[in-house]
Amino acid sequence: FPAFSLCAGAGQDVGRSCILVSIAGKNVMLDCGMHMGYNDDRRFPDFSYITQNGRLTDFLDCVIISHFHLDHCGALPYFSEMVGYDGPIYMTHPTKAICPILLEDYRKITVDKKGETNFFTSQMIKDCMKKVVAVHLHQTVQVDEELEIKAYYAGHVLGAAMFQIKVGCESVVYTGDYNMTPDRHLGAAWIDKCRPDLLISESTYATTIRDSKRCRERDFLKKVHETVERGGKVLIPVFALGRAQELCILLETFWERMNLKAPIYFSTGLTEKANHYYKLFITWTNQKIRKTFVQRNMFEFKHIKAFDRAFADNPGPMVVFATPGMLHAGQSLQIFRKWAGNEKNMVIMPGYCVQGTVGHKILSGQRKLEMEGRQILEVKMQVEYMSFSAHADAKGIMQLIRQAEPRNVLLVHGEAKKMEFLKQKIEQEFHVSCYMPANGETTTIFTNPSIPVDISLGLLKREAAIGPVPDAKKPKLMHGTLLMKDNSFRLVSPEQALKELGLAEHQLRFTCRVHIQDPRKEHETVLRVYNHLKGVLKDYSVQHLPDGSITVESILIQATAHSEDQGTKVLLVSWTYQDEELGSYLTSLLKKGLPQSTS
Amino acid sequence: QTELLDLSTVDVILISNYHCMMALPYITEYTGFTGTVYATEPTVQIGRLLMEELVNSIERVPKAQSASMWKNKEVQRLLPAPLKDAVEVSMWRKCYTMPEVNAALSKIQLVGYSQKIELFGAVQVTPLSSGYALGSSNWIIQSHYEKVSYVSGSSLLTTHPQPMDQASLKNSDVLILTGLTQIPTANPDGMVGEFCSNLAMTVRNGGNVLVPCYPSGVIYDLLECLYQYIDSAGLSNVPFYFISPVANSSLEFSQIFAEWLCHNKQTKVYLPEPPFPHAELIQTNKLKHYPSIHGDFSNDFKQPCVVFTGHPSLRFGDVVHFMELWGKSSLNTVIFTEPDFSYLDALAPYQPLAMKCVYCPIDTRLNFIQVSKLLKEVQPLHVVCPEQYTQPPPTQSHRTDLMVDCQPPAMSYRRAEVLTLPYKRRYEKIEIMPDLADSLVPLEIKPGISLATVSAVLHTKDNKHVLQLPPKPPQPPASKKRKRVSDDVPECKALKPLLSGSIPVDQFVQTLEKHGFSDVKVEDTAKGHIVLLQEAETLIQLEEDSTHIICDNDEPLRVKLRDLVLKFLQKF
Repeated sequence: FPAFSLCAGAGQDVGRSCILVSIAGKNVMLDCGMHMGYNDDRRFPDFSYITQNGRLTDFLDCVIISHFHLDHCGALPYFSEMVGYDGPIYMTHPTKAICPILLEDYRKITVDKKGETNFFTSQMIKDCMKKVVAVHLHQTVQVDEELEIKAYYAGHVLGAAMFQIKVGCESVVYTGDYNMTPDRHLGAAWIDKCRPDLLISESTYATTIRDSKRCRERDFLKKVHETVERGGKVLIPVFALGRAQELCILLETFWERMNLKAPIYFSTGLTEKANHYYKLFITWTNQKIRKTFVQRNMFEFKHIKAFDRAFADNPGPMVVFATPGMLHAGQSLQIFRKWAGNEKNMVIMPGYCVQGTVGHKILSGQRKLEMEGRQILEVKMQVEYMSFSAHADAKGIMQLIRQAEPRNVLLVHGEAKKMEFLKQKIEQEFHVSCYMPANGETTTIFTNPSIPVDISLGLLKREAAIGPVPDAKKPKLMHGTLLMKDNSFRLVSPEQALKELGLAEHQLRFTCRVHIQDPRKEHETVLRVYNHLKGVLKDYSVQHLPDGSITVESILIQATAHSEDQGTKVLLVSWTYQDEELGSYLTSLLKKGLPQSTS
Repeated sequence: QTELLDLSTVDVILISNYHCMMALPYITEYTGFTGTVYATEPTVQIGRLLMEELVNSIERVPKAQSASMWKNKEVQRLLPAPLKDAVEVSMWRKCYTMPEVNAALSKIQLVGYSQKIELFGAVQVTPLSSGYALGSSNWIIQSHYEKVSYVSGSSLLTTHPQPMDQASLKNSDVLILTGLTQIPTANPDGMVGEFCSNLAMTVRNGGNVLVPCYPSGVIYDLLECLYQYIDSAGLSNVPFYFISPVANSSLEFSQIFAEWLCHNKQTKVYLPEPPFPHAELIQTNKLKHYPSIHGDFSNDFKQPCVVFTGHPSLRFGDVVHFMELWGKSSLNTVIFTEPDFSYLDALAPYQPLAMKCVYCPIDTRLNFIQVSKLLKEVQPLHVVCPEQYTQPPPTQSHRTDLMVDCQPPAMSYRRAEVLTLPYKRRYEKIEIMPDLADSLVPLEIKPGISLATVSAVLHTKDNKHVLQLPPKPPQPPASKKRKRVSDDVPECKALKPLLSGSIPVDQFVQTLEKHGFSDVKVEDTAKGHIVLLQEAETLIQLEEDSTHIICDNDEPLRVKLRDLVLKFLQKF
């Protein structure tokens, strides 16, 4: 029963997550992401990996989306409407709510602004979302008779979930992106000790062990504060949902405490709506926010106002949150171009940037950027990177492995070198195999499942009752008959098996004549035999019956005089095949004769 | 009533809905109960609000002394009815406090619909949507082979909660049915219409409307109806007041449980818009909420108006003030919507009353028609329900339609009665470890049926059973000299398998001859044959279902014969 997984997009690369898992004959696709750094075919996963011929709907049992980030769901309408998939797509309620909005936003940027064709339409997004089934946390969703999935809280962003995929006693856990430390607005990921055969974990921050959150926050506030004090402008490129809310809460409380006056803006459109989602799905945020939301909703900001394009040219200090987060298009890029020339200004990148984006370029130290139309943009403003994106770091990944106790680990969604380091660490500490497949590579993992069968309660109770002292810890020997009929396995007592098959028991009995030299009278001989056996077989029930015979458990011993020789007695030892061992032992014991009586 | 049961021996409490948990602090804080309580998140949050309101209302009127002498049986006997007839007054307790509520609620484990919860490895419990209230659940309690459904407080009507999950109740061995509608003759939809028209009429005539209610539940539906109704009825300028210490929390909480709401409301959240329109009523100042009649409310209070407040029993809470304020005028109306209390009893202490009284009980729980529909759909093997559901209501003994009707007839139970559920457990699950499975040798006995004898070690842990390969017997060191046989008493009664089959005499004789027995003689008997080996003085009786080997004490011979016989037989 191999459970193997194939990475169509998420191998040793952060960018587009798309993993195919085949487990006990079921095929599940995990995430359907796009790559932000590409504008061509490489943008979407290559679905021909999944099946060369035949429809995806026939091949896949279901699709699971872990959270609403585009590198995890961006290719979904392309996949379902353009390539063609009509089966179920599972995601949590917040993901289902927010996903279509981000997709539409992304479509607008790509099609309306960049004028690309051959891209999915608004209608396709709508049709795609109709195939989505929303799931609750911890709800066991029965996809079909055998396949079940279950979502766990993953932190990371609103509605992010880890998924357990289970067929029979084999299971896989897919983490998506997750965060093991609670932040200002979300809780920490949690999973029970579900001991999956395979844990597929993201590894974006495979080698990083980040300093304390508090330090990072203080650092962030200090940088923003200093820039604003010297009259500079701060640009914080963010995605509309997620880090944005956390940083807003952070700045909001700081502004209030320090009584600062410089305006904070949030680029409009998506973000206002986004805050609304946070209000309505407040049950998905952290404990503190949930507890106090009636008195004060943390997502109603006093100091943070909506941004207008004209504000970018206003003199004086300001802080602007603008989308998208990797500076690859849209408003954040526009503002960046306006402010980049002034060394008083600062851009703070609060998250990971995919290769190929402007964000990635400036973070890697490039100060002269070639923009569209061969323009060269010189970056004089300060560039700061603060890891606020809510991925688990190496410590967090190890912690999750400790929680779930998987038998194998597979790392995805990270950079090859870093993953290699983490892989070694995992293998050392947990002694489990760890894999890190490349894109398009297939990893096969063999499981060795035990076989569940039905045992008749009668047999189970009988076996549990055998033994002189019922000792729960001591293993008990059990005998039964396994009946196999039309794929059903039942373990029953041999008697019941015979009865159910309509067969009669065939009794096999042995009677052995044992000759004993003993001149005494028959009953005296019997008594001697009895005393001898009683002495040797201390743990057995040895009885002397009134009719002159002896029983040892269910073995019968009778004595008769030899017809010719009065000095020889013949013992008839009779037992059934079921008592074979004891019977055989008795005859050999008696054959050696009786001990010389001392009386 | 707790003497029937030692609550410290209870392992698990399953909560169906927030109305069913009001006594929880009494159990968790006073009885030595150490088990786990399971409930959904909305049940816990709204249950907390209901308890908080109750505690608040009681604590607001502190009593310097509390009398308890009357609880003495001798004294009680002399009291006027109905006090005289009250049962078990010695068990009556004082209301719990907020710290006790918090302690009780902290012991609850939150669960989601369709979440499978393993209990002690023995059973699995699963909450299912029951459609009655936010987070209300029916429970499935099942092992691998038996399934008991507990259906309590369910609704098939479309109101704000997620619809009832009926499909998952199928294939139940036993279905325990309780929490049916209190008012089987009233149609909730009609009642809502009546509620609105009475309300409108009173306000138009310049009167005030008082709605005694709980702070959560039907009130959301009433507000939604009024939201659609007020403009068309010309009530736009009439203020609606919702007065409860938890009014604000209740209205806020209702908006954040999107995942527990019906489909329409979920869709709204996706937009994103608040699922309940009372958000808009609050925004436009049509609905105002206050923690009590004191403070802001006294400044804002304008008549005519509509007031929603508790407690629906009219015995405590702010509703008492409004009864006294408005009771004298026939312009005013009190509209009863909660079905839990008899409105006549509730009103009794306020008589004589000039104010109009309208009884519009809105109970969305299952009525008997819906029950039979449900049972037909779900098809449980047995139905178990309280005795009063198996006969028509005492006041309407001719209404045979007002009882549970199913085949086989429902088993009924009475208060404090112990009922044995009608099923017998036959099987359990056991796991065969892979190495043991590999060692089994299946044998096809009949077409399609194979069998294998299993001899293995049984491990039982946390009610999970596992079969493993028996350990190999330790090999005696070869160098050691042979032990005396008498030391070698067989240790455990290693059972041999049962045998089945029959031995065809001709083939048996041929086999014997093939193995070197030359003097085989066969005699026919009444039941079979006797095979004689003359030289060895051995006799083998062959019958249909038995074989008897009688021989001298010659072990090698006996073993040889035994193995020849076994060749013809199957082992079980």
